[in-house]
Amino acid sequence: MLRIEDLHVKIGDREVLNGINLHIAENETFILFGPNGSGKTTLLMTLMGFGNYEITGGRILFRGHDITHAPIYERARLGIGMSFQRPPTIHGLKTRHLVRMCARGRDLDVEGLAQKVNMDEFLERDINAGFSGGEIKRSELLQLMAQQPYLLLFDEPESGVDLENMKLIGTTVREVLSGGIEPRPETSMKQQRVRKRPVSGLIITHTGYILEYVNADRGQVLYNGHLCCEANPRDILDHISQYGYQECVRCLN
Amino acid sequence: MDKIDLHDFRFSGSQLGEIPDLRQLDPADKAEMLMSGVDVEERERAGTYLQVDHGRVHCKSIQPGVEILDIKDALKKYDGLPGYFWTQVDKDKDEFTRSAAENLHGGYFVRTEKGAKIADPVQSCLFLKGDMVGQNVHNVVIVEDDSELHIITGCSVAHGSKGAAHLGISEFFVGKNAKLTFTMIHNWADTTVVRPRTGGVVDEGGVFVNNYVLLKPVKDLQSYPAIRLNGRGAVARFNSVIVAPKGSHVDSGSRIELNAPDTRGEIISRTIASGGTIVARGFIGGNSVPAKGHLECKGLILGGGVIHAIPELLGSVDGVELSHEAAVGKIAQEEIEYLMARGLDEEEATSTIVRGFLNVDIMGLPKELQDVIEKTISESEKDMF
Repeated sequence: MLRIEDLHVKIGDREVLNGINLHIAENETFILFGPNGSGKTTLLMTLMGFGNYEITGGRILFRGHDITHAPIYERARLGIGMSFQRPPTIHGLKTRHLVRMCARGRDLDVEGLAQKVNMDEFLERDINAGFSGGEIKRSELLQLMAQQPYLLLFDEPESGVDLENMKLIGTTVREVLSGGIEPRPETSMKQQRVRKRPVSGLIITHTGYILEYVNADRGQVLYNGHLCCEANPRDILDHISQYGYQECVRCLN
Repeated sequence: MDKIDLHDFRFSGSQLGEIPDLRQLDPADKAEMLMSGVDVEERERAGTYLQVDHGRVHCKSIQPGVEILDIKDALKKYDGLPGYFWTQVDKDKDEFTRSAAENLHGGYFVRTEKGAKIADPVQSCLFLKGDMVGQNVHNVVIVEDDSELHIITGCSVAHGSKGAAHLGISEFFVGKNAKLTFTMIHNWADTTVVRPRTGGVVDEGGVFVNNYVLLKPVKDLQSYPAIRLNGRGAVARFNSVIVAPKGSHVDSGSRIELNAPDTRGEIISRTIASGGTIVARGFIGGNSVPAKGHLECKGLILGGGVIHAIPELLGSVDGVELSHEAAVGKIAQEEIEYLMARGLDEEEATSTIVRGFLNVDIMGLPKELQDVIEKTISESEKDMF
C-alpha cells in the first residue's frame, strides 16, 4: 500500500524528518507514537503533500505510484484520505456540498452517511464553522466515508473528544478501516473480505484511546525525526505510559 | 476617475412603443435582461415594470394586492405623491438628482395594499439600449402596514453598448410590521456610468432587506442607499456582492440610521477586485437605545485591483451597541489545501471558496435567479485566477 524510503523533510531551514523508512501493507493499520514536536504531524502532512513541507531526499510510493512530488489532489484521487486535526472554516461552503464533492461524482447517500456519524443536523451548516472538537472529528469522518480512500491518515482522532463521542468516532474509524465489512444477511463476512477494496491506516495517537476500537497490527515511535522501536502498539503504549519517552533517548543514542 | 459630463449623453428622443408581451423583446436584449433576473414569461411574478431608455414599454400588475404604475401616471393619479415624492432623497443633492428632477423619463411606482402579503416578486428592469443614452428614472415603493413584498429589479444595458448613463432615484417606505425585500442586480457594460440615489424609511416593526449583486464590468458606479429606522423594532439588512474586473470603478456602500429603540441594522458586503477598484463603504449610526448594528465588509483581491474598505460606526447615546469587522486579503492557502486533500484540483478548490465567499445563498432568491447568478460568477472567475 505505502512505502516510504529514506525520507528527509525540511520545514523552512529545519530538517524535521531525517531518513524515515516505513512500509504499510494492504489491510494493515499502523500506529505512530511520539512526543510533541517529534515530526509525526510532519510525516502525515508530507504524505498528503502540503506546501510547507519540503522533501529533500528519499521517496514515497503509494500503490505502485511514485507520489513524492505529486500535487495534493492527485494523492487524494489515488486514494489517500486524511482526517485533519484543525481544519479551516470555509464560509459559505455547506457541509453537504463538500461531502458530495468528496465522492467525485459517485452516487452517494449523503443523509444516510451523515446519520451514521450523527452529522445530519450539520449538513446545511458552513463546514467547520463553530464545530466542537467532536463535531470536527465526525465531519472529517463523514468526508472520508464519502471519499472512500485506500489509505487513511488520522492525526490524533481522540483529541478534543468527550467520552460519548469517542465511542462513535472509534467505531466509525474501525468501520472505515474495515472497508465497510459488517454482518449482512446476503453474504458472509468472509466472502465480503475476498471482494473488498484493500484499506490501510496510519494513525497518530498520544493517549491510545483509539486502540480500544481499531485492530492495529504494528506500531512505532517517532523520536527526533527517526522511527524506532517497532512493536505491538499496546506494548508500546504500556511502555510509554510507564516510562515516558526517556528510553527512546537512550535507545537512539 | 474622470468626471462624468452629462452633456455627453442624450436625455431625450429614445422612446420605444409599448411591448405587450415580453417574449417579443429583441432576443439579444432579452438575454441581457434574463441575466438581471427578469422572467419574460412573467410566471411566478406579481407584476412587471420595464423601461427602455426614455420611456416605459411594459407595466402590468398580475397578482392582487399590489399596484404597479409608471411613476408619471402615479404622480397624476395621486396628486404628485405628497409626503413621498422627493422626501427621502434631496432633489438638490447633486447634478444627477437635479437631472432626474428636471427631466423625468419614468420609473416605477409600486404600492401594496395594507395587510397584503404578495407571494411572488414584482420584477422590474431599467434598460439602456441606445448608444450614449442618458436615463433619468425615479422609483417609489410603498409597502403599507402589515404587508410583504419582494421586488427584483435588474438594470441592464444592450450588448455592445458604446456608452450610457443611468441616473436613478429610489425612495422606499416600509410601513408598520411590513416587510420589503429589494433585490437589485446590476448588469452593466464597461462603458456605462451609473449614479443611483436611494433613501428610505422604515416604521415600527418593519423590515427592509436589500440585496445587491454586481458581477459584470461597469465603468463608473457610485451608490450609497440610506435607510432610516424610525419606528421601534425596525430592522434593516444589506447584503452586497460586488465583483470589479479590470476597468471597473465601483464606489458602493450602505447607510443605516438606528433612530428608535429596539432597532437593528446589519450590513454585509463581499467584494472581489479582479483588476478593478472598489470602495466598500458602510455606515451605521446608533441614535437610540437599545439598538444594535453590525457591519461586515470583506474583500478579496484576486488578480490585481484595489479595495478600499471604509466601515463607519457612529454612536450618539449611551448604551448603543455597534460593531464591525473588515478584511481585505487573499484566499487562505490552508483552505485551498484542505479542499485539494478531498480531491479537488487547485482551480476547483479556488472556485469553491470564491463561491462560498460571495455567498449569494443568504439572499434567499428564487432558484432560477440564483442559477443565473451562479452562472455569471463562474464566467467572471476567468479574471480571478
